[in-house]
Amino acid sequence: MSLSMREVRKSYGTAEVLHGVSLEAEPGQVVAIVGANGAGKSTLIKVLSGAHRMDSGEMTLDGQPLNLKNPRDAIERGIRTVYQELSVVPELTVTENLLLGALPKRGGLVSWKQAHEQAAQLLDNAGFTNVDHRTKTGELTVAKQQMVEIAKTLGDNPRILVLDEPSAVLAGSDLDSLFELIRGLKKTGTTVIYISHRLQEVLDIADKIVVMKDGEFIAEMAPDETDEDHIIALMAGRTIEQIYPERRQEFGEETLALHNFTRPGEFEDISLSVRRGEVLSIFGLVGSGRSELVETIFGGRRIGSGDLMIHGLPRRFTHPTQAMRAGLALVTEDRKRTGLILGHTVSENISLATMKGLLLQMKKIRAGVSTMTEDLSIQPHNCAALEAGQLSGGNQQKVVLAKWLLTKPSILLLDEPTRGVDVATRVQIYSMIDQLAREGMSILMVSSDLAEAIGAADRVLVMREGSLVGELEASQTTEDEVLAYSIGTKKCQE
Amino acid sequence: MSRIELPDFGLERGRLVVGGRDITMVLILGIALVALAIAAHPLTNNIFYTENNLTNIMRQWPSYGYGLIALGMFFVILTGGIDLSVGSVLCFSGLLAAGCSLWWGLPVWVCMLVGITSGVIWGMINGFLVSQFDLAPFVVTLATMTTIRGACYVLSPVALTPTDPGFRGVTSKLIGPFPPAFLVLILFLIVATVFFNRTPLGRSTIAIGGNRETVRLAGISVKKGLLTAYMISGLCAGTAGALIASRSGTIQPSAGAAYELDAIAACVIGGASLAGGKGKIRGVIVGMLVLVLMNNILSLRGVESYWQQVFKGLIIIVVILIQSRSRQKD
Repeated sequence: MSLSMREVRKSYGTAEVLHGVSLEAEPGQVVAIVGANGAGKSTLIKVLSGAHRMDSGEMTLDGQPLNLKNPRDAIERGIRTVYQELSVVPELTVTENLLLGALPKRGGLVSWKQAHEQAAQLLDNAGFTNVDHRTKTGELTVAKQQMVEIAKTLGDNPRILVLDEPSAVLAGSDLDSLFELIRGLKKTGTTVIYISHRLQEVLDIADKIVVMKDGEFIAEMAPDETDEDHIIALMAGRTIEQIYPERRQEFGEETLALHNFTRPGEFEDISLSVRRGEVLSIFGLVGSGRSELVETIFGGRRIGSGDLMIHGLPRRFTHPTQAMRAGLALVTEDRKRTGLILGHTVSENISLATMKGLLLQMKKIRAGVSTMTEDLSIQPHNCAALEAGQLSGGNQQKVVLAKWLLTKPSILLLDEPTRGVDVATRVQIYSMIDQLAREGMSILMVSSDLAEAIGAADRVLVMREGSLVGELEASQTTEDEVLAYSIGTKKCQE
Repeated sequence: MSRIELPDFGLERGRLVVGGRDITMVLILGIALVALAIAAHPLTNNIFYTENNLTNIMRQWPSYGYGLIALGMFFVILTGGIDLSVGSVLCFSGLLAAGCSLWWGLPVWVCMLVGITSGVIWGMINGFLVSQFDLAPFVVTLATMTTIRGACYVLSPVALTPTDPGFRGVTSKLIGPFPPAFLVLILFLIVATVFFNRTPLGRSTIAIGGNRETVRLAGISVKKGLLTAYMISGLCAGTAGALIASRSGTIQPSAGAAYELDAIAACVIGGASLAGGKGKIRGVIVGMLVLVLMNNILSLRGVESYWQQVFKGLIIIVVILIQSRSRQKD
């Protein structure tokens, strides 16, 4: 089924987000759309799935005008979208989620036998045979939940399937089965629009790659005409050497050390040390236990066994307050859930961790907030009174960073510091990390972004299923090597 | 290059927006309040703005559900919780204060203090259960509401009427033009405003309602914040109880029933979100005033109390409808 978008424009308020984009997709074609966060990919998907209406432009499906007023219209025309945010109901079984609203009935009552058969069939058709349809969906891993979601859309035999960053949670064999599925769909003539951050897989699966930047399509090419570095350069508007700062550092004494650090079921036997002025990154896929590790160091979770040494002294934090007093700060992974109070002002958010004493010193708070918003160039200008939720992802991240930098930490724990952050802000964050390290801070950074884990750090530790499986010098390793460790070396050797 | 930054003022999808903030609700409530205050006099056969009526309002308001209790409820609601036990606490404190005078002949100020303290203790128990065991505030305070009401009847199955004339006297003498109860309310409002806006503990209550996990990881004690909010609620209910006993000179073991609903109504009308994390003290004051004016006008017009309830319910529905529309902005 051929899809065509011509000169599609979309604005929110006064800001135009899509500046007239045009796209042609043939039946059975896999079109990958890549771009930095904030490039307009999400908006494009929302227009295509009927969640938002375009302001102007034209869309056609098989030459028929496509006038989408709401998601229902899109679904009726055979356009199905699997969003990044999961929409499964965690309390229901996989079967119920798959057949939500369409449970088979007999004599007015649900026929569970038939329902389970249909569900199993759906999963089987999708090739996701390792998902048990009788389990409660919330008990599955995020990757499996994502597969349930994909299988659900396939039940309607979509003509256009839009996948929004499926690989953000899928990895290894799960990703392989997804690719297998996509190849199968190609044969049946389904068009797949594939949005992703991970360029390697895009090069693997796509027939056409479209690069998006600042609300426009700036390049369209076949995978064999390009490579990863080229795409990054197009997305960022700069080359990879310009993204990460040069790290050549003399390190000081050991500031943070872990010995056989363990929390059963989450991570085991972790030993590491960070020195003054050093940036140590821990690379691991989602679910490898890395976020739990930093949160435990920070006193957010109870230590199982093992030792934590801060500035040479053994410590055992039971509440983040104690960790803060010892000079630690933790920028958490999920800024919306644990980093910010979205409905409160930027000023309230930035000053949250530094409120103390009997009466708040408003002058001092205002001064601190304005220094931070200027130093980190948090946009828009004069944003102190705005709600944090109104800022862009990159600026929200800067607000979280500002909150913790105000506490003047000597050891900074960063959990996915650039998740969902645009490239320009990433570059700023990397140079800030570099600057802080040069000033003598110790930085422990957790990342699932390969390029970042290597580029922004001095040393890389690889974590897999709760254990450290490799330690590499950042300047001497490659993305392939780090990835190989993270998914089990043997499997990865080709 | 310097320029004066004017806040953008305009209409956005039919809503008034100043500097990016939706002020439709504030404006509507403000206008409604002024209109109510102007219309009050003619509506009540020119009784509203008489010294007698105004004094009466100021005397009664603080001890009603939309008085002190609403202020305490506000802090609990900010944290994302709710305190259903306030009506029972008010009654318990009032009975205890009256009992101290009647049974043991204690000086009036001691009676008041004992009554108020018992309120704080009940609040502490609520707060302890909610914060320490991470229980749902609705369920905890529903249970304590029943428990405390039972305790009221245990304390005295019949109305208590202290014989000491000082017991009534303490709140009946005017200080200037103001009844003491009203001054207590003003004092509470001032202290609460400073506490809420200027102390780390006060700020932590609203922050907890905004995002508990963020607050915990920012090194702030969520338990302490929760405990404080419920203790404030207990303090307010206890004080209202002592005031109501003294004002009437007598108190029934059934006093204060359904007061929690008026308190919640005042908070909600004033823009506090029951999900927590959102609200302003001046909003609660507006909510209190709306209810005070309405109650007084309807009573003076001789409208039956059942009809008053109908009106109150309708007003709440209208207000939350407007609020939810303004939240749907995106």
